[in-house]
Amino acid sequence: MKMRNKLLAGVAAVAMTMGAGGALADSMGGNIIVTYKDDVSTLDPAIGYDWQNWSMIKSLFDGLMDYKPGTTELVPDLAESYTISDDGLVYTFNLKPGVKFHNGREFVASDVKYTLDRVVNPTTQSPGAGFFGAIDGFDAASSGDADGLSGVKVLDDQTVEITLSRPDATFLHVMALNFAHVVPKEAVDEHGQDFGKHPVGTGAYEMTDWTLGQHVIFSRFDDYHHEGLPKLDQITFEVGQEPIVALLRLERGEIDIAGDGIPPAKFLEVTSNPEFDGSIVEGSQLHTGYITLNTQMAPFDNLKVRQAVNMAVNKDRIVRIINGRAVPANQPLPPLMPGYDESYEGFKFDPDAAKALLAEAGFADGFTTELYVANTDPQPRIAQAIQQDLSNIGIRAEIKSLAQANVIAAGGEKDQAPMIWSGGMAWIADFPDPSNFYGPILGCGGAVPGGWNWSWYCNPEIDERAIAADAMADPSQAEARIEEWKKIFTEIQDEAPWVPVFNEQRFTIRSKRLAGPEGIFVDPVHIPVHYDHVYISEGN
Amino acid sequence: MYAYVIRRLVEAALILLGVSFITFILLYLVPADPARQIAGRSATAQTVENIREQLGLNLPFYEQYWRYLVNLLQGDFGRSYLQKSEVGELIAARLPASLLLMVAAICTELVMGVMIGVIAAIKRDTPLDKGLMVFSFVGVSAPQFVVGILLLYVFAVQLQWFPIGGYGTFAHIVLPALTLGVLGTGWYSRMMRSSLIDVMTQDYIRTARAKGMPRMRVIFRHALPNAFLPIIAMIGIDIGFFMSGIVVVESVFGWPGIGQLAWQAIQRVDIPIIMGVTLVSACAIVLGNLVADLVAPFVDPRIKLK
Repeated sequence: MKMRNKLLAGVAAVAMTMGAGGALADSMGGNIIVTYKDDVSTLDPAIGYDWQNWSMIKSLFDGLMDYKPGTTELVPDLAESYTISDDGLVYTFNLKPGVKFHNGREFVASDVKYTLDRVVNPTTQSPGAGFFGAIDGFDAASSGDADGLSGVKVLDDQTVEITLSRPDATFLHVMALNFAHVVPKEAVDEHGQDFGKHPVGTGAYEMTDWTLGQHVIFSRFDDYHHEGLPKLDQITFEVGQEPIVALLRLERGEIDIAGDGIPPAKFLEVTSNPEFDGSIVEGSQLHTGYITLNTQMAPFDNLKVRQAVNMAVNKDRIVRIINGRAVPANQPLPPLMPGYDESYEGFKFDPDAAKALLAEAGFADGFTTELYVANTDPQPRIAQAIQQDLSNIGIRAEIKSLAQANVIAAGGEKDQAPMIWSGGMAWIADFPDPSNFYGPILGCGGAVPGGWNWSWYCNPEIDERAIAADAMADPSQAEARIEEWKKIFTEIQDEAPWVPVFNEQRFTIRSKRLAGPEGIFVDPVHIPVHYDHVYISEGN
Repeated sequence: MYAYVIRRLVEAALILLGVSFITFILLYLVPADPARQIAGRSATAQTVENIREQLGLNLPFYEQYWRYLVNLLQGDFGRSYLQKSEVGELIAARLPASLLLMVAAICTELVMGVMIGVIAAIKRDTPLDKGLMVFSFVGVSAPQFVVGILLLYVFAVQLQWFPIGGYGTFAHIVLPALTLGVLGTGWYSRMMRSSLIDVMTQDYIRTARAKGMPRMRVIFRHALPNAFLPIIAMIGIDIGFFMSGIVVVESVFGWPGIGQLAWQAIQRVDIPIIMGVTLVSACAIVLGNLVADLVAPFVDPRIKLK
């Protein structure tokens, strides 16, 4: 899961240090070092789904669609162009000719079919299979009853036709996801389950060495289909490096990017250190941190109680606790997401009104409950602040601080966790569309055992409207569709299944010699940076 | 002798079986569902069910355990839930680094421990002795992560004598070996000191002195070899301490061994890796003790194996 930093619509807050202005063409070549604490888990695009391998995979593989670097604007990539039928059900992709895989073979239409069939095949165990639910034949293919997706047809070597079973306004975003990145059958057959350790794609870099527990090396792919890319010769990903150690090494100029970012406890020290002036880039991301209130468990089945809790939490103070690395939130959608309602006021911080509301609900003396939280810094500290706020209106919340996997498991049980602080597990969008913030976390489909709708909020009327909104696939309806989503989310917030607390900002820390086009250091889809476009600036 | 070895090996196998059972049951009880974890947040209920079936997670506990054992006997530790690689391969790739660190730590603690112990015993009851014993006391009590970070800060960050973590050259191993060995150093120096003082009161030492042998010669020729015996036995037991110590030390110094692998797996509840590393560590501890017991009679003929 992209627990962290899978963000969107980045805004560079620090100006890029671009040496000599126009003379950038000569800044090709060079090697950089990126460090991480954890091992790289897998580089198989059908399987990798953590914030560390997400952008590594993007540099090794390509999909039919991609985003313009540094933005959330969809552009064709392996597809040269595409057409959509009038009923929004048939997508025809014309493929770019002459694209080569790292093994030298030319990319053709049957590779797209193979890739999509593979990702939904149950034996692949892809965490992304569910994204392809709109393709015709998904149910049969994903249950193993059929060999592949009947909706994906190879018309000729350069043309693929994909038929959907229902219009899906998010389908082009899905085709830009890593899970839809194209893999060659022969390489997957050769390595089987170890394909993730021997990745072969069409991307800007090819993996040339993987020493377990030490490093992974990416080298420039000379036959890359985008002219002039990538800029670097080599990227070395060193693993097993504590974030604090990485910062020390960055300060000494031994490494170029601290992949894990700045540890929360060191944030002020690092940002006020003159050594790091100009090394830190701040951007926004499509993230919301929230408290879930289990609408199926007493007393949170009472709307007034949920509203009271929403008014009791002092979000400004929580933002101060994390050193201002976020902005307070009042609705589920983050500000950069299409559909965010700027005019919506939500519940203002007002402990007295909250207390009165609680008394009205029949809890004048408050009640005792539990607040689940992941046990890594700064989450327990945030939970304590929430605990204090709640005690001010008489709610005694006991903090249950557990390993992340255990909190997730508790949230997936209907009667286990009355309240969960989502920190460390909070929702970050897979793609920049409001739809992605609904289904799994606020829709009825997510309110199932093992699901991510930890509020167990299920409003059938809203569910129907959500489905209708996503069926508005015609580009001319795009605006009306976003308007509808806007209403859906504010209406949900009126029913207060969540306390939206803040939207996290993202900070990339890198050596001053790295440069690139605006936005790539806080690229919405590439974390920590868009490796294909980074180069070494000799001016520094 | 052979009967003894065979009996000990059978015991060792039983211990490992016990360890595997206890670890398996503990991990089975962890309230995190591996199938859901693999399936990710966007998965449908059906995907989760498929994965559960493919991994055999829907089987009753005893059947899962039996499957695991059968695979294990064929040398198959299973595949990591999150890394998707063979656990055996992951451990094998990291084992040499851990063994290297362990050997370096044993050398560190032996050299430093014996040296400090001998000096303290010879200078018994002097301020030097007292100072050294305070040092060894601190060494035994200090938590390893504190020692590690302190050494890192002083010698790598401030003085820049050594690299800040990493792997590959002799300079990289000094600080982790010192951190891992500091506990044993404290321990051995105290043992060495009391053992030597004890031996020095024995009749044969008095005889040696009485026949006019110089004091230093007596110490190195007669006293030291005898005082050294308890320490040999300790090295075997030490492996157990090392196995827990490497989890901390390897993480602090970014040392690519199995301790670091275990730490990552624990944080992410990657059960097959936790199982694998636990079993390999248990194996090392059991074998370490066995070897120490087997070597003892060669070093000290007074010990007999029964």
